[in-house]
Amino acid sequence: MAQTTTSKSGAHGVHAAHEAHHDHHELGFMSKYIFSSDHKVIGIQYGITALIFLLFGFFLVGCMRWQLAYPGRAIPLLGGLLETFLGKDMAAGGIMQGDLYNAFGAMHGTIMVFLAIVPLAFGAFGNFVTPLQIGAPDMAFPRLNMASYHFYFFGGVVMLASFFIPGGAARSGWTSYSPLATTAQFGQAFNGQTAWLIGMVLLITSSLLGAVNFITTIIQLRTKGMSWMRMPFFVWAQFVTAFLLLLAFPPLEAAGILQLMDNVFHTSFFLPTGLVVNGAQLPVSGGGSPLLWQHLFWFLGHPEVYVLILPAMGIVSEVIANNTRKPLWGYKSMVYSSICIGFLSFIVWAHHMYLTGMGTKISTFFQTTTMMISIPSVTILTALFISLWGGSIRFNTASLFALAFLPMFGIGGLTGLPLGFNASDIYLHDSYYVIGHFHYVVAPGTIFGLLAGIYFWYPKATGRFLNETLGKIHFWGSLVCMNLVFAPMFIQGFKGMSRRLYDGGATYFLETDPTALKLNIYITHSAIALGVFQLPFIWNFFASLFVGRKVTNDNPWDATTLDWATPTPPPHGNFLREPVVYRGPYEYSVPGAAKDFTPQNQPT
Amino acid sequence: MEIPYTDKARPDTGLYNAKVGLWLFLASEIMLFGALFSSYIMLRVGADEGVWPAVKLAWPHHLLNVPIGTFNTAVLITSSVTVVMAWASLKMNNFKRFRMFMVITILCAFAFLGIKSYEYNEKFTHYELRLKDGKALTGHLEVNGKHPGFWSPSDLWNLPRLTSSNVTEVKFVADPMEGHGGHASHEALTVKVDEISHLDAFIPRNHTFFAIYFTITALHGLHVLGGALVLAYFTFPGAGMWKTNPEQFTNRIEVGGLFWHFVDLVWIFLFPVVYLL
Repeated sequence: MAQTTTSKSGAHGVHAAHEAHHDHHELGFMSKYIFSSDHKVIGIQYGITALIFLLFGFFLVGCMRWQLAYPGRAIPLLGGLLETFLGKDMAAGGIMQGDLYNAFGAMHGTIMVFLAIVPLAFGAFGNFVTPLQIGAPDMAFPRLNMASYHFYFFGGVVMLASFFIPGGAARSGWTSYSPLATTAQFGQAFNGQTAWLIGMVLLITSSLLGAVNFITTIIQLRTKGMSWMRMPFFVWAQFVTAFLLLLAFPPLEAAGILQLMDNVFHTSFFLPTGLVVNGAQLPVSGGGSPLLWQHLFWFLGHPEVYVLILPAMGIVSEVIANNTRKPLWGYKSMVYSSICIGFLSFIVWAHHMYLTGMGTKISTFFQTTTMMISIPSVTILTALFISLWGGSIRFNTASLFALAFLPMFGIGGLTGLPLGFNASDIYLHDSYYVIGHFHYVVAPGTIFGLLAGIYFWYPKATGRFLNETLGKIHFWGSLVCMNLVFAPMFIQGFKGMSRRLYDGGATYFLETDPTALKLNIYITHSAIALGVFQLPFIWNFFASLFVGRKVTNDNPWDATTLDWATPTPPPHGNFLREPVVYRGPYEYSVPGAAKDFTPQNQPT
Repeated sequence: MEIPYTDKARPDTGLYNAKVGLWLFLASEIMLFGALFSSYIMLRVGADEGVWPAVKLAWPHHLLNVPIGTFNTAVLITSSVTVVMAWASLKMNNFKRFRMFMVITILCAFAFLGIKSYEYNEKFTHYELRLKDGKALTGHLEVNGKHPGFWSPSDLWNLPRLTSSNVTEVKFVADPMEGHGGHASHEALTVKVDEISHLDAFIPRNHTFFAIYFTITALHGLHVLGGALVLAYFTFPGAGMWKTNPEQFTNRIEVGGLFWHFVDLVWIFLFPVVYLL
């Protein structure tokens, strides 16, 4: 089993794939691309669907940003389309109406979190890379994996269709707080909120199947020699993420079922006694608890934050180790930290609820745990920073995105501290400061990590490189614009601008502080520029399939992990022979070694 | 391509894939039902005092039928025993005994669901009545000479519906009053609709207790139904695998049995929490 995959001997793999693949037979289009149970095809399905949703979520917020900068002015280019498709009460004359703003706001959050980022980070990268990195032929349950994608897809279809049902999509925020979520369209049996809940149940089912599959795969299908501490950090990150999805989502499913009962069967799980809406008492029994919804929602909601960030940290670690040509500094501490994050993320949820009146003692508890969870997060980030020290860094596009992730996520994390403290949160809560904070974590944080991953693994998935020049335009444009979009939001937040205002704050700031309003205009222009800077990426992503520089070797980045020991692109079943692992994941620049990298499957 | 450890255990974990997967799935299910049980506690602790007629309780759980619930518990526990016997029979290479025990298990499952439907029926045809003079009663309703039936929305009455259907009076057979000597009067009272301030059956919209009771038990019932269907598949159409791959077939029964024990266990928590406490 002396299969040494060095940069030269790996080159035969592309052609050897067909010959060595004994049970190879031609599949039809449907079974190859739609009903495939191959983890790599499913990963790519997830990836492309999620990228489309990412673009759609950006389009939604683009419309909202226009309304914030120029309240009551028709949206250029798109306003007419909105009026045609969604009706006059949503966008009369191309002007965004209040209900539409609320619907777009709720759906922007929902789509970005549940249909774009998580499927891209977990569904796409997790599916494509994890089995390769542990040396498995596929996931443990390939057909469940296929079902997982299909549930996700139908969840997405339900969410998209909800824009077109009478009254429009869900409009009570992505958090769907009760009682608003029930009373917003009370009496309409099937409304946007009902569709949202059905869509969420489908998405939760999808992530449940995915999580069970990932954990089983990582526990059971590690190849010979792949002990726990030889797993790449990426796999550890996916492992912890899968546990978060497995255990945190069911309470939201329970909450969703209860809210569905409230909306459809007029129960009062989340409706308090004596609730008055529009001057009349609501004809329900009452006796429910609005606070209960928030507890159940945030019990998912906070671990979800780590579902968003951990896979990105995993990708960034791979890219950084590879491009600094150094082992990760403190690999074990990073592993233990990610496990710590996993545990702690289950006991911090109520820091989203300081203003609910749940009591100072409870607030203090959650404030303490929140400060505790920042420790392992900082440990991972610090380890990544120190990993750069003394490295001879290759600045390709993947590496640039990974490097930019570090300070951007750092800003996102540090601005979260004042929100974790009860006292300062009372002032900042529900202001643009919060928007700025979590967008720094997710947009230039997680999304940059994911983009790094796309530039890094694209050659393995397709056999061609993405164009570096277009990649660098994409990177620098995105980096500058992201900061121009999100940094001013901290200032607006300090000035007290609420995140829910449909006129961009004009109600409060027109007389007293016009500068806060002016920032809205700058932010909107930066957001448009950010959109423009994605065009080179979209072109690059599709055009490189046909015109990209061809990969001449199975390990183009001179990497150490097993995902680069397969033919390019990997065939069904992944490895030509079952790989055997002899060493840890990041043996870069080992003194005395022949090359500056020693693959995991190179015998000692 | 073959996935390793689909039927044989992996040496270092001692488990085959499906068993790991199922335990993980059960962990997720525990979180689902755990959230619902927590909701039950939070709703009950926060319930308003004295809203239920006659007994002035915040939480009318005494309305559930304890003997029937106990009997149903016994039915489920029996099925849990027989499903283990079925698996053990396979291990002892006795397919006939396996099938017999599986049939008992499945029959128990459907007996449970049948008994549960009877209980649901009792609640859907049982009414709470409040009059404008402050009097409050529970009992059975007769509208236009007909007793409302089960699962038919057209049979469910409440005050707005009575008014909009131009019903002027209804008959009401009240339950024996607790704490009032318990004398059962089976004579129907005639009640004028314009004297009624509230009328509704024991259904989810009427009280948060019924809301959570029906939601949790219905979700549990769906689990029973789903589990029974899967076990029935293994017993009849899917039993061919016993000839082709007995090891994997036995694993399937073991994993199906694990799920069945979980469904049973949920009920063992559900019964005391909802019926007794």
